[in-house]
Amino acid sequence: MPAMQDMAAEQPLMSVRDLTHMYGNRTGCRDVGFDLYPGEVLAIVGESGSGKTTLLNCIAARLQRTSGTVAYQMRDGRMQDLHALSEAERRFLARTDWGFVHQNPADGLRMSVSAGANVGERLMAVGQRHYGRIRETATDWLGRVEIDHDRIDDRPGTFSGGMRQRLQIARNLVTGPRLVFMDEPTGGLDVSVQARLLDLLRGLVDDLGLSAVVVTHDLAVARLLSQRMMVMKNGRVIETGLTDRVLDDPQAPYTQLLVSSILQV
Amino acid sequence: MTTPVLSRATETADPMPGVLVLDDVTKSFTLHLRDGLTLPVVSGVGFAVRAGECVVLGGQSGAGKSSILKMVHGSYGVVEGRILVMHDGAQIDLATADPRIVLQVRRRTIGYVSQFLRAIPRVSALDVAAEPLIRAGVEPGTARDRTAGMFARLNLPERLWSLPPATFSGGEQQRVNIARGFLPDLPVLLLDEPTASLDQKNREVVVAMIAEKKQAGTALLGIFHDADVRDAVADRVIDVGRFAESPVAA
Repeated sequence: MPAMQDMAAEQPLMSVRDLTHMYGNRTGCRDVGFDLYPGEVLAIVGESGSGKTTLLNCIAARLQRTSGTVAYQMRDGRMQDLHALSEAERRFLARTDWGFVHQNPADGLRMSVSAGANVGERLMAVGQRHYGRIRETATDWLGRVEIDHDRIDDRPGTFSGGMRQRLQIARNLVTGPRLVFMDEPTGGLDVSVQARLLDLLRGLVDDLGLSAVVVTHDLAVARLLSQRMMVMKNGRVIETGLTDRVLDDPQAPYTQLLVSSILQV
Repeated sequence: MTTPVLSRATETADPMPGVLVLDDVTKSFTLHLRDGLTLPVVSGVGFAVRAGECVVLGGQSGAGKSSILKMVHGSYGVVEGRILVMHDGAQIDLATADPRIVLQVRRRTIGYVSQFLRAIPRVSALDVAAEPLIRAGVEPGTARDRTAGMFARLNLPERLWSLPPATFSGGEQQRVNIARGFLPDLPVLLLDEPTASLDQKNREVVVAMIAEKKQAGTALLGIFHDADVRDAVADRVIDVGRFAESPVAA
């Protein structure tokens, strides 16, 4: 996988330039630019209101840009401006090539159907019809996210918060996406549950060679999951670089404040 | 975000041969939370490490030895100067390299044994140590076998291999860290006090492992507070004190 990663690394999977989103007169995010390469995990950090979720929604084409470009490398290798796609094409891309992990699992799951159906539904959306095979794949994925197979017919409402989040991850990864967006994937979970989820995510990203953009306000999550990091404040990127360098040798005044504010245990 | 660094002529005019060359490197920290106070660390650092030699950074605590290693590893930025390394057959300047190149260099050219192991929850000691090998493309089964072999050599009790190192003693964690750094055969290896928390027997194992790396042509740059280990492995000791920002008059 690393060898493959280096070969494919010539061309970015996603290329963002001068991306701006305004809420009326208020800035969501402004003049953001970055390249994400295959196999890379990029963390976007910053406090509430810094624009990181707005940015995530813009690059995942869930929110219209005000200006700028988001180009994505389609499976045939061509770079496509996401905001030039039709709504149907965007939805197809989101269903097949991408995953989106919400902070609140209820936003990414269908709470009224079983765990197995939540995973199977994504498979059916990409054209799988064979019930036995869908159930088999769903069972396999529940196992990979450490959910007992005897819970397959239970609704997510009967699951704990950590289990729901793992189910959401299985639902997202079952179709073999190339890019996963995550919005505070460990937010709202107990610390011990967070550790398990982080380890799981780290393993899956490694094994599958996934690219990911992870929004988090937790610098420890950024350190564990990402190779590169962007720090946002007031809608702008104020520092960017290798994750360990940004954390160990922060340059911008705000990044220094963020890093020095972490409680040592 | 990084400012381009202008290449400056060094006092030593002849091109220094070496796998790793530091050329007029300066490091300082600007503390914005303390009214922009600048903390000088080192300036004008220049030396080369050749294949098959072990260069040891000496000098008092706080002289900037670890900072130099961290700049080479890329976890600290470089304020001025160049850090040249042969990577995939070409010389590159780590001081200005793109983050993606630095990551590639860590995978294929420069190994690093840090002072402390950054333990990852729930990942076994064996997997922590085998990870760089697997990332470098070694088949996972082979990588784990080689890791187990090195654990045995470092006298790490076998009952610990499948456990996450978070609860290990300092010396046990350090041996996991040493295995992780020594297993991949990379051209350059950085060692930040690898023997600090080891007993005599295991220090001797590490000394032997360093000798084998030298034999194999690895360029080593290290910090060792323990005089016995330093004397046993060092080809040269560089006194980092002479790169202090405001040198004390002799």
